[in-house]
Amino acid sequence: MSTTTLPALTPVKDAGVAASLGRRRKRLDALLRWFCIGATALALLFLASILLTLVLRGLEGLSWATFTREFQPTTYGDPEAPTGGLLHAIIGSLIQTAIATAVGTPIGLLVGTYLAEYARGSLLGNAVRFVSDVLLSAPSILIGLFIYQLVVLPMGGFSGIAGALALAIIVIPVVVRTTEDMLQLLPNTLREAVVGLGAPKWKMITLVAYRAALPGIVTGILLAVARIAGETAPLLLTSFGNSVLSTDLARSMASLPIAIYQQANSGFPDLIAIAWAGALIVTAGVLILNIVARFAVRSRS
Amino acid sequence: MSHATTLAAPARRRAGDGGDRLFAGLCLGAGILVLLLLGAIILTLFLGGLPAFRAFGAEFLWSTAWSPVEGREKYGALVPIFGTVVSAVLAILVAVPLAFGVAFFLTELAPPWLRRPVGTAIELLAAIPSIIYGMWGLFVLVPLVQQYIQLTLGDALGAIPLVGFLFASNSFAGTSLFSAALVLAIMILPFIAATMRDVFGQVPAVYKESAYGLGCTRWEVMRGVVLPYTRVSVVGGIMLGLGRALGETMAVTFVIGNANRLPTSLFDPSTTIASIVAMEFPESLMGSLKQSSLLALGFLLFVISFIVLAISRLLLRSRLKG
Repeated sequence: MSTTTLPALTPVKDAGVAASLGRRRKRLDALLRWFCIGATALALLFLASILLTLVLRGLEGLSWATFTREFQPTTYGDPEAPTGGLLHAIIGSLIQTAIATAVGTPIGLLVGTYLAEYARGSLLGNAVRFVSDVLLSAPSILIGLFIYQLVVLPMGGFSGIAGALALAIIVIPVVVRTTEDMLQLLPNTLREAVVGLGAPKWKMITLVAYRAALPGIVTGILLAVARIAGETAPLLLTSFGNSVLSTDLARSMASLPIAIYQQANSGFPDLIAIAWAGALIVTAGVLILNIVARFAVRSRS
Repeated sequence: MSHATTLAAPARRRAGDGGDRLFAGLCLGAGILVLLLLGAIILTLFLGGLPAFRAFGAEFLWSTAWSPVEGREKYGALVPIFGTVVSAVLAILVAVPLAFGVAFFLTELAPPWLRRPVGTAIELLAAIPSIIYGMWGLFVLVPLVQQYIQLTLGDALGAIPLVGFLFASNSFAGTSLFSAALVLAIMILPFIAATMRDVFGQVPAVYKESAYGLGCTRWEVMRGVVLPYTRVSVVGGIMLGLGRALGETMAVTFVIGNANRLPTSLFDPSTTIASIVAMEFPESLMGSLKQSSLLALGFLLFVISFIVLAISRLLLRSRLKG
């Protein structure tokens, strides 16, 4: 029994070549490592810069008047002239966001239920899921154009209700996504246990499945509210903005993002300061909603 | 899946039958409503743009005209389309390497205690409204671009033959295609990074451990194991970012300069479909040819971003199955 040796296949050990190759690989690895750390640091730097700018410049413009007064034209640096606030925009944003959430959430909930409970694997279900996912990332300004053609043109002018409807369309796919995901996580044994007791399917879904998936569904709604609270583009074409407090849904209505947009581009330092205050309010609200939504899910898992 | 069939067959004439049918009908109706919604959006944009398509024909697509003078009105889509595509592609070029770095850091390099806070911070970056990016871009980033980047790059690279014109511009406002691409890159970075992180995390540990066991470095494991395994989903994530960048409105409107002419340099002001619609639509007359041209532009944007997002969905779906 002699073993065959294959000298041709044994690598030639050249210490110098091996060492330099090893050095090159190590250097490349270190280079990549520092690049990744740098990229992450850069991304965090952007976040820090945005938040810091918002807090510093926002607090400068923020005052009690911000929450109690409506829009005022620029003071031209005159200390006697009344400074404006964002009351009209805050109220307008709250109204439109509330209506949009109230309209969009039930529809999104039903679509999510359809996808998770009725249409698993069916062709129509896949089509609905696909379209909902596309709508989730579709340019929001196009939804504004759509509502303009559908509501603003027939009504003859910009209106708060048109703005709320545009936002409602943005709410739907966000709620669909989280509702479906959460319902899919439920174990089938739970469904079988309820149905085995003789409960009809709709009671199984509404009384048991929804309750079990509640934290996830609430998260979806919070994320949807956070998403539409900062939407500007669709409102520009639907509720347009208003410089006085108006709660009339049939007329143009102010909103925080639009007020920020208009005052930030006005060129007057005092109006820009108010825009920064508004930006701080919107961002604080959106980020708090996001963090609360995150905790709602985490405390469960 | 199985419970659906077992439920429907034997249950005859039970107390919940009517409620069941009603609820199933509601759910199905809501699902169909979503399909109709997409159809209605495409249809209204197309019908709204029809007068412009009729008036200018196919020339609308490659004409650079944008003249609202009454009687000689002429509109073309080339400049906004060019600005949209170029700013989005530039944003992708900047964002993808950074997003890859963040995702790699979060999955392989960061110590476990650091992963969650850094991951959450990156996700918060995605939650900031686009108008805030616009303001920050205009008041913080644009002055930086204007004072440092544009002059440095213009001096250093402007003299290179053939490509030098890309960096030399007569506009020194700072609001430019370059600024827009930069802001867009920061906005889409968290989306791409989150997708990459999720798919990197799905590579079976055994594969990576085998490669490490052979003595591979982290970069070799990434290039030889993780990237080939996740290639399709990574491209899907990039397409998702591209789809977002194409349709982004407010952030771009603030920093791109809104000039309706073909830019020859990175630092020239330009415009995109979304920002020209945001700037000019609210002040255009109802039913005018200008409004119709803007709706036609919206229709084109919808077609472009629908294709990109659809590809992204199809590529990312394999990840959900696998």
